[in-house]
Amino acid sequence: MATTGNPIRQATTGEIAGMALAAVAFLGLLLIAAKTEHGAYAFHAIVGMAAALGTVFLIANRCFKPDTGPAPQEIDGRPNYNMDPVKFGTIAALFWGIAGFTVGLIIALQLAFPVLNFDLPWINFGRLRPLHTSAVIFAFGGNVLIATSFYVVQRTSRARLAGNLSPWFVVLGYNLFIVIAGTGYLLGITQGKEYAEPEWYADLWLTIVWVTYLLVFMLTLAKRKEPHIYVANWFYLAFIVTIAVLHLGNNLALPVSIFSPKSYIVWSGVQDAMFQWWYGHNAVGFFLTAGFLAIMYYFVPKRANRPVYSYRLSIIHFWALIFIYIWAGPHHLHYTALPDWAQTLGMTFSIMLWMPSWGGMINGIMTLSGAWDKLRTDPVLRLMVVSLAFYGMSTFEGPLMSIKAVNSLSHYTDWTIGHVHSGALGWVAYISFGAIYCLVPWLWNRKELYSLKLVNWHFWVSTLGIVLYISAMWVSGILQGLMWRAYTSLGFLEYSFIETVAAMHPFYVIRALGGALFLAGALIMVFNVWMTIRSGEPESAQDHAPLQPRLVPAE
Amino acid sequence: MDTTYQWLARFAQSAGLLYFVGIFLAVCLYAFWPSNKARFEEAARTPLQDD
Repeated sequence: MATTGNPIRQATTGEIAGMALAAVAFLGLLLIAAKTEHGAYAFHAIVGMAAALGTVFLIANRCFKPDTGPAPQEIDGRPNYNMDPVKFGTIAALFWGIAGFTVGLIIALQLAFPVLNFDLPWINFGRLRPLHTSAVIFAFGGNVLIATSFYVVQRTSRARLAGNLSPWFVVLGYNLFIVIAGTGYLLGITQGKEYAEPEWYADLWLTIVWVTYLLVFMLTLAKRKEPHIYVANWFYLAFIVTIAVLHLGNNLALPVSIFSPKSYIVWSGVQDAMFQWWYGHNAVGFFLTAGFLAIMYYFVPKRANRPVYSYRLSIIHFWALIFIYIWAGPHHLHYTALPDWAQTLGMTFSIMLWMPSWGGMINGIMTLSGAWDKLRTDPVLRLMVVSLAFYGMSTFEGPLMSIKAVNSLSHYTDWTIGHVHSGALGWVAYISFGAIYCLVPWLWNRKELYSLKLVNWHFWVSTLGIVLYISAMWVSGILQGLMWRAYTSLGFLEYSFIETVAAMHPFYVIRALGGALFLAGALIMVFNVWMTIRSGEPESAQDHAPLQPRLVPAE
Repeated sequence: MDTTYQWLARFAQSAGLLYFVGIFLAVCLYAFWPSNKARFEEAARTPLQDD
């Protein structure tokens, strides 16, 4: 029924404030769009204006709908969970996952067949590569983390998510940041810092979103009904807090002017390099490790229906992990202008990290002790356990590669790329897939997934893809490293650089094939999720109480 | 410069060592303290209890 005329209810103070802020932002962005001489920056201002306009509309529209007022905290004595932002994050993760994997495949093919750059600036390797890394890490991984963290913090606190508009602000605002960052790379806006490419205005926006995220998470924890904060929430909290600190530290840049997208970092030279890799490695440690360990600590026990193997181990490895990880960054700067002692320090802490990392792996895998048979029957659990195996493997490989002698062979070679992808595809993506396969039936009140057989196909197709990818990169990386350091008996370099590039070609083709298989597996997942939501069998009331009791509008 | 480095290295190697070992021992004590056992076992069951 179309509602016209007067709103059904008065807007709340928060809603009025939200609309006012969006309106002010709209005017400010209009000024920037009009005054800047930089086309791509004007485009971003217009994207921001569209978002601000959309915000005013979306908030105002709530007042015309009967059931969108401040929701009750509990209904019939049970928490009234707020799962809509979680649903949005889950779907966004799938969308960005496919986008990020596709761009990854394109740049893998560009490396094998450079003609695919088409001599166009917008789609050349240099611009697509940060698009790929940001799309998979921040867009896919970030949406998985936000969605699961909002789910887990509610379920383990038995409390509704704090705030009315703010959870939506977090998911939508984060995705706006992704759009600004991604389109910026294609249009040539970058500050040239790996994994921190977005320019100052995108960074400022992310800061606002991230602080809101932290507040929503902490305020939800504050009203929990459980006496203890479950370990998954500790990992989520470490992830959110540390990412905020890293983001601020590495992006202390001064814009040339408010009408320019360009900025300059306050650090210079080797200090800047050190800040960059303090940031870069802890993005791995706290975004890709702590955050996804949080997912593991909720979803593996839940799916296996067994408590975590050792809660004590989870406490010890949590504190060890966060106290040690923060020091490991200098191993990215071996044999550079960074002082030698700092390099050694980074290497030492990287080696020490092996133990807390394996603490997490052991805890996850051993959660299945006594229920190993489930690995045979449940492909979702198998995905998550294999992700832990990959986690164990890449956290063994990482410390190994941080040793200076090994690093002198591996650094700047494809070995690093292989290492990153065994962690990213095997650990981060697999635990995310497992979580999404668990979440979708829970969120949309379905009995089970549309097809477990398809999960099985996804698992095997993408596992084959990962194996092809990482083994190709091991061979090519070590080959590359050995060719670079080969000398003739007269002391000349044995190979010219172009010879080492040519030698990589077959491995680049194999890597692209692995990437294609991984993308194919993800497409199978999207189909399965789509069919589950569209046509899955609804869960009957006797099996399981529905997550969100339906509200009946008052007469 | 050398003396600054030596001072920093000595400080890191002594105070840093004590700091990290101290934190590790404190965490272990907390984790293994007998009276915490029941609380942790209950906490471990949090995801499995449905509301």
